[in-house]
Amino acid sequence: MVSLREDTPRGDDHVLIRIRDLCNRFGEHVVHEHLDLDVYRGEILGIVGGSGSGKSVLLRSIVGLLRPSAGSIDVFGEDLQALSTRRRSLLERRFGVLFQRGALFSSLNLQENVAFPVLEHLGLARAEAEFLARVKLSLVGLPANAALQYPSELSGGMIKRAALARALALDPEVLFLDEPTAGLDPIGAAAFDQLLLTLRDALGLSVFLVTHDLDTLYSTCDRVAVLSQRRVLAADRLEVVEKVDDPWVRDYFNGPRGRAARRHINSSKVD
Amino acid sequence: MMPNTRQTGRLDDRPDSLHVIGNWTITHYARLQAQIDAFKTQAGNGHELDRSIDLSAIETLDTAGAALLIDLLGVERMAATMAQAPELPPARRALLDTMLQAMETPLTPKSHEISKPLAFLAQTGERVEDFWKQQHLLLGFIGLILSALVTNLLRPRRWRMTALVAQIQQTGFNAIGIVALLTFLIGAVVAFLGATVLQNFGATIYTVNLVAFSFLREFGVLLAAILLAGRTASAFTAQIGSMKANEEIDAIRALGLNPVELLVLPRVLAILVTLPILTFVGMLSGILGGALVCLLTLDISALQFFTILQDVAPHHFIVGLSKAPLFAFFIGAIGCLEGFKVSGSAQSVGEHTTSSVVQSIFMVILLDAMAALFFMEMGW
Ligand SMILES: Nc1ncnc2c1ncn2[C@@H]1O[C@H](COP(=O)(O)OP(=O)(O)O)[C@@H](O)[C@H]1O
Ligand SMILES: [Mg+2]
Repeated sequence: MVSLREDTPRGDDHVLIRIRDLCNRFGEHVVHEHLDLDVYRGEILGIVGGSGSGKSVLLRSIVGLLRPSAGSIDVFGEDLQALSTRRRSLLERRFGVLFQRGALFSSLNLQENVAFPVLEHLGLARAEAEFLARVKLSLVGLPANAALQYPSELSGGMIKRAALARALALDPEVLFLDEPTAGLDPIGAAAFDQLLLTLRDALGLSVFLVTHDLDTLYSTCDRVAVLSQRRVLAADRLEVVEKVDDPWVRDYFNGPRGRAARRHINSSKVD
Repeated sequence: MMPNTRQTGRLDDRPDSLHVIGNWTITHYARLQAQIDAFKTQAGNGHELDRSIDLSAIETLDTAGAALLIDLLGVERMAATMAQAPELPPARRALLDTMLQAMETPLTPKSHEISKPLAFLAQTGERVEDFWKQQHLLLGFIGLILSALVTNLLRPRRWRMTALVAQIQQTGFNAIGIVALLTFLIGAVVAFLGATVLQNFGATIYTVNLVAFSFLREFGVLLAAILLAGRTASAFTAQIGSMKANEEIDAIRALGLNPVELLVLPRVLAILVTLPILTFVGMLSGILGGALVCLLTLDISALQFFTILQDVAPHHFIVGLSKAPLFAFFIGAIGCLEGFKVSGSAQSVGEHTTSSVVQSIFMVILLDAMAALFFMEMGW
């Protein structure tokens, strides 16, 4: 697909997010232990793992919503937790986050939801911000009249789309997406995959993509990290990860759905 | 990244062609927009872009910049320009194509705005109608509670003792401290006021009667009820309201269960139990507050105080306490009903919580006034 798919050697300056020896626990419950992971610039990194394996917790600790119990997380070469509030806010402005449940502001309509970060951070006039918001909403495939609707009036898939539009509002450098295609119809999910690739290629986005959707995984991700047994079992290109000798990985990629997704991708490559 | 991304992009308007140059990204959005506005006014209203357009000098372009450009040129013109620009990098072409697709259909949603005075009239009308609907709804809801109560009374297996006890603890025992403190202080204030006024008549001894009479008949129950309205009605609304917003109420219904029985009955029963207890606590500590003032400033000894207290007819106590269940029922019903009215948003939870406190305090005072009239007419 793109040059990144080939195994390019990556030096330190390619590392965007560096996680070392991360531990996360809630009381007695240990979620991560000695977890290491790198996210490179310009790549789409898929994160897979069973339910409750700590994918969302990992995402939350990277964006700084959760203070790790131990270990270090550097983003853009800086430790978020150690930064001053101002520096941190500047850095966070370069993030776009889509939460697993959307987390739209329930008392704002969609257009206001998407315009909100633009108004707060860029100081645009309201009309300009709302124009941008409507473009973003249309970009993620929502009809024009959805702009004035409130989150409680929408379906789950529409909420996901709107949340994606909000995550894209500031044209971020890094996107964190927590199961973006869950709840989308297959056509919408395919359009989402295409949009993600287009944006990555045009803007050089880096994407941290938590997903269960094997089609998304096969059609968009440059690398895949498997979260299992409290750490990253493997983080590599799909062809390599598929062959990792682990019962969960085997079941995941070689189950009926995994095989179908792979067949589909291989046939579309031949076309 | 190259250092020159800091420079804002610009439009270079030459006689034969229009050049788009530099960085067209969201960080420069306001300045780019200003340039475009200036360009449009300069080109006149029906700005005819008959010159060729050159996109080759764009350095960086993101979705915001692309949106601006497409908005300036129009979808068709942009598509035509791109078709004649083979040098456009494929990634950028793909981005512009995606943006074109997104902006093909009109983006402005239809809105039905009406004029301000008309909107004001409509709002007033809605409020008045709302008020009547509320009362209607409250009556209906009370009916629901009563019918759930009656059907449950006969089936002890369906009594939810755990929920009830938990609610009694939250609404009652956790509130005893604040009720006692508040009524104690107000008891002292009433005694001071009484002493000041009655001194002129040399009748300070009647301060005792004043304190006892007012707390047994009115203040004990009224203060406890108002506190409970602020403390508990709001809690009921917020609890049930966030469950409603989270579709939990729908889940209860879909499981074939009755939310009134599950959520409302334990709360209303709990408040029915606790308000009389709190009223009693309020009466006691109010009278104690009065007694303390009498003791310290009026030279009325404790023995004297309690002797006079004994003479105050005990039926005042009954009159005061008899209002507690009535107030409690309305506070509980209003708190829960407002919770059920919540719709989806966090703001709505806030609005209905406010409304439940205001309504229940209003209702308590209204009922108290009616009760006062009634008891007076009856000579009790
Ligand atoms: N705030 C929290 N308090 C306690 N435990 C939590 C919290 N958030 C997540 N967990 C636990 O951490 C584990 C990982 O959760 P999560 O990252 O949400 O899983 P998933 O991989 O499905 O996204 C789960 O076992 C969950 O119970
Ligand atoms: Mg999750």
